[in-house]
Parts: sequence; C-alpha cells; structure tokens
Amino acid sequence: MERLTFTYAGGRPATRNAKATLAGVVGSGNLEVLVEPVAQDGAVTIEVTTAAVGFGRIWQAVMDDFFARHGLGDLRISINDVGATPAVVSLRLDQAIETYLGGGQ
Amino acid sequence: MTSYYEASARERVAGLLDAGSFIEILPPQERVMSPHLLQLDTPAAFDDGIVVGEGRLGGRPILVAAQEGGFMGGAVGEVHGAKLTGLLERALDTRPAGVILLVESGGVRLHEANAGLIAVSEIMRAVLALRGAGVPVILLDGGQFGCFGGMGIVARLCDAVIMSEEGRLGLSGPEVIETTCGVEEFDSRDRALVWRTVGGKHRYLLGEAAEIVADDMAAFRAAAIAALEHARPDLSLAALEAEHAGLGARITRFGACRDALDIWRDLGFEAPDRLPLLEADAFRALAAGRRA
Amino acid sequence: MLQQTAPATAPSCAPSSAPAARDWNTQARNREARLARAAPLARGKVVKSADAAALLEAILETGDRVCLEGNNQKQADFLAKVLAGLDPARVNGLHMVQSVLALPEHLDVFESGVASRLDFSFSGPQGARLARLVSGGQIAIGAIHTYLELFSRYFVDLTPRVSLVCAQAADRNGNLYTGPNTEDTPVIVEATAFKRGIVIAQVNELVDTLPRVDIPADWVDFVMASPKPHYIEPLFTRDPAQISDIQVLMAMMAIKGIYAPYEVNRLNHGIGFDTAAIELILPTYAESLGLKGKICRHWALNPHPALIPAIEAGFVQSVHSFGSELGMEAYIRARPDVFFTGPDGSMRSNRAMCQAAGHYACDLFIGSTLQIDLAGNSSTATLGRIAGFGGAPNMGADARGRRHASPTWLKAGREARAGRNLVPRGQKLVVQMVETYREHMQPAFVETLDAFALAESAGMDLPPVMIYGEDVTHILTEEGIANLLLCRTDEEREQAIRGVAGYTPVGLGRDKRAVENLRDRGIILRPEDLGIDKRSATRDLLAARSIKDLVRASGGLYDPPKRFRNW
Repeated sequence: MERLTFTYAGGRPATRNAKATLAGVVGSGNLEVLVEPVAQDGAVTIEVTTAAVGFGRIWQAVMDDFFARHGLGDLRISINDVGATPAVVSLRLDQAIETYLGGGQ
Repeated sequence: MTSYYEASARERVAGLLDAGSFIEILPPQERVMSPHLLQLDTPAAFDDGIVVGEGRLGGRPILVAAQEGGFMGGAVGEVHGAKLTGLLERALDTRPAGVILLVESGGVRLHEANAGLIAVSEIMRAVLALRGAGVPVILLDGGQFGCFGGMGIVARLCDAVIMSEEGRLGLSGPEVIETTCGVEEFDSRDRALVWRTVGGKHRYLLGEAAEIVADDMAAFRAAAIAALEHARPDLSLAALEAEHAGLGARITRFGACRDALDIWRDLGFEAPDRLPLLEADAFRALAAGRRA
Repeated sequence: MLQQTAPATAPSCAPSSAPAARDWNTQARNREARLARAAPLARGKVVKSADAAALLEAILETGDRVCLEGNNQKQADFLAKVLAGLDPARVNGLHMVQSVLALPEHLDVFESGVASRLDFSFSGPQGARLARLVSGGQIAIGAIHTYLELFSRYFVDLTPRVSLVCAQAADRNGNLYTGPNTEDTPVIVEATAFKRGIVIAQVNELVDTLPRVDIPADWVDFVMASPKPHYIEPLFTRDPAQISDIQVLMAMMAIKGIYAPYEVNRLNHGIGFDTAAIELILPTYAESLGLKGKICRHWALNPHPALIPAIEAGFVQSVHSFGSELGMEAYIRARPDVFFTGPDGSMRSNRAMCQAAGHYACDLFIGSTLQIDLAGNSSTATLGRIAGFGGAPNMGADARGRRHASPTWLKAGREARAGRNLVPRGQKLVVQMVETYREHMQPAFVETLDAFALAESAGMDLPPVMIYGEDVTHILTEEGIANLLLCRTDEEREQAIRGVAGYTPVGLGRDKRAVENLRDRGIILRPEDLGIDKRSATRDLLAARSIKDLVRASGGLYDPPKRFRNW
C-alpha cells in the first residue's frame, strides 16, 4: 500500500451543495472517491491510498489534469484504490464531482 | 429496466427506497473503517462495505442495510458486522415497519475471521430478537456474489427471502464444496449446475425463497413492499415445529435425488431442463401449485 | 523445392544401361506400401479406435511431415493423444505442420521425441511451454506463420505426408461431415490427398447417411470413431456483463469517428471485449445516429454471440466464418439469409476461405493488442511465451494485391496520398483499439516491443510483430483516435501516437504543443471533438448486458455453453 497526497491552490470554491458524496467501489481495478466540502481558501487536498505501489508520477499527472479540468476548490478528496487504471480514476473523479455539484443521491 | 444484479449497494438502496427518503447512519465521511485491513496491507473502504440507515418503503418507515459485493465479496468483518447488528438492535428501539437486508456476501471476511464469526452470531441473534418483537426482517438476494456462509444462515432466519434467478443462496459456496469434496461431487465451473442447485429458481421451488422476481430494481421494490405488507413474524413453538416437520418431509421426499432436475421432475414439471430458460413471470406462473 | 519424402523406401533399381528411366511415382508407391502395412487393421476404411496406435505405427515413417489437426477451436484430440503415446523408438523425428498448438499433447509429441520439427501459426495456451521446449532444444521451429501463410505452404514446400484430422461424422465409405466447425479440414485434406499423402480422420460417430458431405470419401483413407467427441473451444464468446463503461466509450468513438465517416460496410472484428462492445451498441448508438443500412453490412467473422442483437436489428446482411461457435448452431440454422449454411441447414465454415475474404474483401480490420510502439507496430508477444499470430496479420494488413474499389478503401487511400505525387490507390483501414493501460497497470504503449527481446532470446529471424506500423491506419484509445493516414512525417506519427497514449510513460512523453497542433488538423480526435458526451458512455447503451440478454435477443435460439450461464 502507498499513501500519496496532492494539494492544489487557487480553485473556485464549489460549495453550492455542501454534501459529501462517494463514487465507486473498493474492488479490483476500481476505486472509491469521497468528496467533502472543506473551507480552506480555495485549496483542494487529495489523499490517495493505493494498493499499486510506485505510480506516484502517474497519479500526479492524472490529478493535475483533473484540477485543470474542473478548477474547483475548498474540497477534500479521499481515494481508496485497488489498482484502477488512470482512465478509471479520471472517470470516477468526474462522476464524484458531477454528483457533488449536481446534488445527486 | 434497471438491473439489481449490476447495481452497487448504494444504487440498490437509492433504487429500492422511496425517492429521497434514505438517511445513512455512519456514512463514508465518518470513516468508520476496518482496523484490521490496513494492518494487513489490504485496501479498506470508508463504509467497510456496508451501507446502513433509515428511510421509507411504500410510505412506511423501515431500516435498511446493503452489502457491497464489489468490496471483498461483501464479506463480513468486525465493523461491517457491527454496523448490521447495530442497525437491527436500533430497530428494537424504533420499531419500524420492517428491516430490509440487501444481502450480497460470500460469508465471513477471512482477514478478520474471528471478529466476523462473532459478528454473524450477533446478527443472527439480533434478527431473531427483532422478529420475536414482531418486526419483520425481509432479505433480498440478487447480487453477483450471492448469499453464502454466515449470511446464508441469516437468510434462513428472516421472515422472507426475495430472490431473482441470478441470486444464489447456500451455506458453502460452490468453490468451497468443490475444493472440499472434489470436482466429481460438485463442479463449480459448471455454472448451469451451480444455478440449478443454489440459484433463485430452485430456492423458490423448495420454498426457501418466498418470492422470485426478474432482475429489475422495480420488481425487487414491489416484492419488498408486498412482503412488508404480509409478513407476520411468528416464532411460536407451533410455527417452529411446523417448519421442522416440513424439512423432515422434504428430506423424505427428495433425499434420493441426485440433481435439482430430479426434484423438479418430482414436483411435476414435464420438461425440467427448460425451467432455467423461463423468464421470472412465466416461471412463477408455471410453478404455481407445484412448489415443495 | 522437392519434398524429401521417405527417401529410404524409394527404390533405385533403374537399369544402368537404359537412358535414365527416372521413377516418377515414388510418392504413389510409398503410399501404397503404407496402405498395405495398414490393411490388416481396417475393414474398408473403418478402423477401430482401439487399433489407432497400431494404425499410426503402420502408416508413419520416421521424419514424416505430419499435420495433426489442431485448429483455433476444434481439435483432433484423440489422434493427438495416440500420437503422443507412440514409442519414439519406432516413430520419431516427425515434422509437425499444424496451425494451432492448443492441447498439451501437441507439445508432448516433442517431449517424447516422436516429433522434432515444428511449423505453426498460433500456440495460445501452450505459449510458455513452447518457449521452454525451444530453449531446451527439443523443438526446432521452422517458422511462425499466419494462417494463410501456413496453408499456402501446405501447397508449396510443407505438404503433409500424413494428416490426422477430425470431423463430426463419417459414413462407411469415408465421406466426412465436419458440421459447423469445418475450419481447417478442407485445406489440410486437399493438400495431403492430392500429393499422395494419407488422411486419417477421427469422427464423433459413424453413420449410414451423412447430413451433407464436406470432404469426399476418395480424399480420405481411414476413419475411426473416437471414444469421446472431439473438443471444441468456445473461443469467441464474450460475456457482455464484463464490458466496462470505458469500452463503451471506445466503441462509440469507433462508430462515430471511423465507421460512419468511412462508411465501413465490409469488415472483420478481432476477438475481445472492445470489439464486442462495438457489436453490442450497433442497435442502440449506431441506430440513433441513423447508421442502419449504412455501416457494418458484410462480415468476415466467427458467429460471435455478441452480434446477435445487431443481426436481429437488421444491421447485418451476411457473415462468413472461419469456424463456428458453440451454442450458436440453432441460431445460425434459423438465419440462413445471414450465414453460410449447407443444404442440411448447419453452418459451413472455412478458415482458409474466410482468411482470404478478410484479407481481400474487407475494408476494415479492428482489433486489440498487448503492445504498440512509437512507430505503430503492435505485438502480443511477451517474454517467455511464443504465442504466434493466428490470423490477425492477414486481417490487419493492407492487401497490396487488391484492385477493386469501395468508398471506404478510396477515402483511406486519398487521405494517405493527399499532397503526394502518387498513383491513385485505396488502402485498407487497420485499427488498433486499446485501453492505454491493461489490467495490473501494464501500459499498452511502449518505447520498444517485448517482441524484439523475445526474438533475440529465442534466436528468431524476425521479431514477432503482429501488425506492422505501416499497415496501421488508426489507433483508438479512451483518450482519442489518432489517424495515422494523415501523418506526413515520422515525427508527426510519433506525436500522434503519444497523443492518444494517455498516462503511459509514452503518453506523458508527448510534446503538448505538437499534439494540440495535430488535434487542430483533425489527426487526433478527442471524444468531445466527435461530439461524444463521455457521460453518455455507460453500459446502458449495450443492447445486451448479459449472456441471458443474448439468449433473449435470439428468441431462445442461442444456447450458451454452461460456463457462461448464471441461470
């Protein structure tokens, strides 16, 4: 297991629906993404716990693109990963953000 | 049609209950997680693989639990089990119209087996206590991992089990039987054999499942509402003796059968090998008056 | 090159005085000698299975070139077992020439010493053991072929002396009924029988009257009923339940980004969940785009169960097949307008014919692979496994001998030749469809294919490249489509490939400005460039989401093998 942390500053606060949301499942090749509102001056913190060790550089690139795509701030994002591919990670992140913003279930 | 089989535990809860009525207890952001898995360098889940809470079903207040098969096959660990036990015990206090268990579980989680085994016995006791107090417990089984091991026992303690054909119910899973008794005894890769032995249709014909439905969220919801309506928990001595007499009669009648097909033939089906191909509604119609 | 057939038995008794009265019938007389040795074992052409070993010992001579029918799907498994059990002191040094090594017995013959040389196409599940036997010196590999190449060499310099084939049934005269899985049998028997070789068939049953004759009796020397029906692998069944949302997204991109603009109507799909996803969204997504009747009408394809919904929806006009697929028999029988069937109603497949059809008559091949390099070369070879090719290189290569035009072929040719002073010509579309990472985080894009290291370690003449970069026209990943036809320099091509390689090291190594430039020029297409909303890419688009759905779509005619059921 490996723990990774990423922080981004200068995001646009997204607290219209300040309700935590979860996307995905902790299963093989999959991950769960928990998005929670946190007032922290527009910053986003992302904590990843992953079963696939040694892919920090790829996570960094995926998260850079994620932040560039949405530009959201004031979020705490927590991930439990079981070796999901970057495509699946991006998909789950987008789903979680969409539910978070759309006030889904 | 929304597939129950393909849905996650959270999607099942959302699809089954009255829209917007669910309030989760110990949601993921509480981070009540397994204390054992991370020590074993194994990925853990924020909800430990079970969603519990309260809501409404057909307008009536219920408590609900849903196991997530995608996380460790829905296996019962310490926290997972405690959440389920706690929910059942809460029902003793709040007396809802019923407790709905959306089960998908291979049994006890091997990483924390002792805690899991204790949890299963606590769940069993809580189910019986609740039914003794007159609150019905309805179990739904239509997920990918079926309902086996400890949760298989729990299923048989409930007021009603609602299954889809895809659901499976048993004690030892097919792979366990093959490993223990040999492939000649049970070939777990022969999926047709597996399903006609532990699948929804066979359980319905034997009377272990009270209802069989299509793999459809709305069908499960309708069946759960109906079961809630009709359930009358009865743990009286007379009821238990009747249950035992029924089981005795079953072993007398079918004890010599080597295969579910033999049982189905004995039940009066002319072409038992065609039963697996029937859709749920047609199957239910054909089975009327023929169930054991 | 002349065959080196059993020189020891060729008599050399020509009188020295006469002007060289050369014997032109050595093969025929050698054949007669073999048949005479075997005669006591046969009643007419029928041999008891208990006498199979004795028959092979009577017929085979040391060093014979032998084709043991090992196909992609059906296997002459009984004869394989008998051959592997022969005493190497009596029969040895055989040269095996067979398309697929599928069963353990196919390699047991080398371990025991009965055989020593091998020419083949595909080794699939035996790839790792094959690599060990080659490095241990127990097998000398002549070459690894495509199916068409190997079949072609049966008629040039690898003609079998003895062929051990399998069929569904035989009559007492030796006529064979292969049933739906005809596969390689016609090409093997034709090459053997008409060069004075010997054909021995194992059949599931001996009957008085055959449903139809697939191989005429006078091409067959011996038939025997095998103790058990021959094995057939259901190789082309993909459970829709295992198709992911990302595969649905890629399938949408294939249809909207390639099939529609190129008007692809004659095509072959590789095996896999990626292409199954395309088949399964034809009746939903392609239909919604108004493409019915405009794409995907004619197929060179095994009868994929995943194609059932598209057939039922009226997309598919014809399907010719390499082999059949277990469980599809009744469905095929009920759809004779679509499939090639005999007067008895069952399918007639033919691997050689279908490979030729796929090569020359199809406008598009789309399939998956394990690795793609910066030049677009792709390979399924990995270290420690000699897997071979099968048919993919024949499907996935521009047919340079093709001379007929089609809108698809002409458009691809125009794109490849725009701005160049070249003779007008078309080009086949060859699409490699891969997720950038396979499971366990194995990148699909690499700087150097494992095939090169494998060639080095196994002493092969060539790295086992499945599809050459120069034949690949499009690479499709979840990140986008790279149209290599439009690239004009090696640098552009490399950036186009990097530009769809996602977060693999190859993808991260892209020149971002060059990639954006390629995107502006339409060489790289993202889902959003195609007007595809990624959020709509879900399994809900699949016309069937389970095997049971496929059974439903077939009106109950599809009868899937037990291992694919959950009812």
